[in-house]
Amino acid sequence: MDLGLNEEQEMLKKSAKEFLSKECPKKLVRELDEGDSGLSRDLWKKMAGLGWMGLPFPEKFGGNGGTLLDLIVLLDEMGYNIVPGPFFATVVLAGFTLMEAGSEEQKQAYLAKICSGEMIMTLALTELDGTYLPESVETVAEAKGDQYILNGAKLFVPDANVADFLLVAARTKSGADPAEGISIFIVDVKSRGVKVTPLKTLGRDKLCEVVFDNVTIPSKDLVGKLNGGWPVIKSILRKAAVAKCAEMVGGAQASLDMAVSYAKERVQFGRPIGAFQAIQHYCANMVTDVDGSRFITYKAAWTESEGLPSDLEISMAKAWTSEAFKRVAVLAHQIFGAIGFTMDHDMHLYFRRAKAGEIAYGDADFHREIVAAQLGL
Amino acid sequence: MDFHFNEAEKKFRAEVEEFILEEMLPGYADKDLYWPGGYGAIGEFEVRDPAVEKLREKMGERGWLTMAWPKEYGGGGRSFVEQAIFFELLSYYGMPGMDVSTLISGPTILRFGSEELKSEWIPRIVKGNLKFWLAYSEPNAGSDLAAIQARADIDGDDLIVNGQKIWGSGAHVADCGWMVARTDMAAPPYKGTSLFIVDNKSPGITMRPIVNINGFHSFNEVFFDNVRVPKKNVVGDMNMGFYYLMVALDFERLVISMGGFRRRFEDLLNYTRNTRRNGKLLSEDARVRAKLAQLATEIEIAFLLYYKTAWMMDNNLFPNIEASEIKLVTTLLSRKLADAGMEIMGQQAQLWPGSRHAPLSGRFAVGYLDSISAVIGAGTSEIQRNILAQRGLGLKRK
Repeated sequence: MDLGLNEEQEMLKKSAKEFLSKECPKKLVRELDEGDSGLSRDLWKKMAGLGWMGLPFPEKFGGNGGTLLDLIVLLDEMGYNIVPGPFFATVVLAGFTLMEAGSEEQKQAYLAKICSGEMIMTLALTELDGTYLPESVETVAEAKGDQYILNGAKLFVPDANVADFLLVAARTKSGADPAEGISIFIVDVKSRGVKVTPLKTLGRDKLCEVVFDNVTIPSKDLVGKLNGGWPVIKSILRKAAVAKCAEMVGGAQASLDMAVSYAKERVQFGRPIGAFQAIQHYCANMVTDVDGSRFITYKAAWTESEGLPSDLEISMAKAWTSEAFKRVAVLAHQIFGAIGFTMDHDMHLYFRRAKAGEIAYGDADFHREIVAAQLGL
Repeated sequence: MDFHFNEAEKKFRAEVEEFILEEMLPGYADKDLYWPGGYGAIGEFEVRDPAVEKLREKMGERGWLTMAWPKEYGGGGRSFVEQAIFFELLSYYGMPGMDVSTLISGPTILRFGSEELKSEWIPRIVKGNLKFWLAYSEPNAGSDLAAIQARADIDGDDLIVNGQKIWGSGAHVADCGWMVARTDMAAPPYKGTSLFIVDNKSPGITMRPIVNINGFHSFNEVFFDNVRVPKKNVVGDMNMGFYYLMVALDFERLVISMGGFRRRFEDLLNYTRNTRRNGKLLSEDARVRAKLAQLATEIEIAFLLYYKTAWMMDNNLFPNIEASEIKLVTTLLSRKLADAGMEIMGQQAQLWPGSRHAPLSGRFAVGYLDSISAVIGAGTSEIQRNILAQRGLGLKRK
């Protein structure tokens, strides 16, 4: 057993912490949260300069040849700083999809540009019902000669408003099994018939509605096998779930740290409120939730990184962390009292992320059902 | 990171498992109603069974009872991860194993005791046939251990001990008390308390049994009336007892029945797979599935905390936070597992062991009552949270 980070991961963690505390202050987070695009080109460029976009991808595409676990270490820190922008969409959703199913040419054309930071991409998967089940994919891509014609609508597509290209899951065959007949296509956002509308959400992350109206896709832009998209999507959803857990763990850690330092400073009844047992016990419950979430998330990420069956571990992590971050954020709010209930205070940034993170890539109920199935029930 | 056991750890695991399956006392695991996390149904605290003694001696011969001790004192020189593996497997199979003497008294004597004390007590502890009971708590000193009033006054080469101890699990079946008492009444408690060994057979000791919620005699009230204890039985320096006690808490960190949780959970899973209600298997009921999934996740977290703590100890990191976390998490799990199990099994779950209708031998009914003790014994959840907040997060006491 070795339950610690390796030297490179420790270094990555440290340098990410230093970089983000300097380059991604809460002032910038707020500006991006409140603005329309959610993207700072300047920050994006600097992050690319550190090689973050290529962290888990092979060197021959300009990546760092790291693992999913390495990326998790970084996302933990990004969650701590609630870094806005299309990093998650580009690297986790699009990058891993291309890595897993893309042809050599597609990897050279798209993945290499993701690694260099030149290209922003996302995955357009969920539709009106917002679920992560194959039957909810109703957008249709109809073969027509050497092309496909795409029609339909996607909802909750992260960062489509700033993306250069979309990976779109569309139905190419209908049959008894909804998991069969789904294919993935690369779609240029500038194509005629693509309409992107940002949605206003509680999390203020830039989720979008994307409508496809007779969009023409050359057949060379099919990613992976025709009708064989769902197994790829499932694998990406696994990675996305554990990656989201890592962000949430970071956010929960930040909420804890903020609340603890406030509890040490805030004086009521002649002593710091942290000297009251009620507050101490809140903090104890919070740190226990933060550490539990981190351990189970890292175990899940390690399992997936090692190429071992990871459905059980990842669903346990997402079921647990989704609720744990909320518990931590709520207790932190309780410690901050009225000041935390204001727009001026940073706490709401985390409280929003906790809810958005819970919803993304399957909530606790969704993942508990997978756990039950994995237990052989 | 590597969440898997390495080759040596796997080999050790297999060796322990083979030993257990070979040496398991017939019927012992079925009879033993121990509930993970609980204190009220531990067989070894009720009776002294010669067969168990013999089994412990066999483990002692292999150096397993003291496996994480240094080799020069008869220990196994093994890692804490290996000790955690051993404990996990013992508790999974419901086997007796390490106890107060090997986990607390021995390591404390090795760390602080005189050479005389070591040569007198250590060989007996290593062999596995010397039992200590913890003479810590008093009627007015529970969570507030500093409030103890039992005193030990120096009289020549002896201490004269007077006072009362309570909650000493298995005191009536042990050989010696591992006791703290005030030795300097003028000093503050943490500077005026000593730690010493007192023979149960000493004149002046009387014990009154306390029957616990499950109807078992595991606790005792113990009275000391001018009990003579040789001064050489004092561990380390006089008046340093509190400090040794705090350090000894480190040795107790891995005393968690992780395997017991896994075993009882597997029992419950199998029950739901084989029991029909309203025409369908319990395992097909959405609410049952959600409960089981939640338990599985919490057990996984407990396992990770358990091995993380062991791994940190092996790597000279100080798992202060983790140790309190695992106590909090597993003792709550003790309750949740019993409670969820009873909810899932329904009406029949209330049947006590012995009834032919009792599901899973009535273990969950016993466990449900026993689990009350989990979050109270060895430092209540509230005390754990205080430790986490004050030592872990640096919040002030006042």
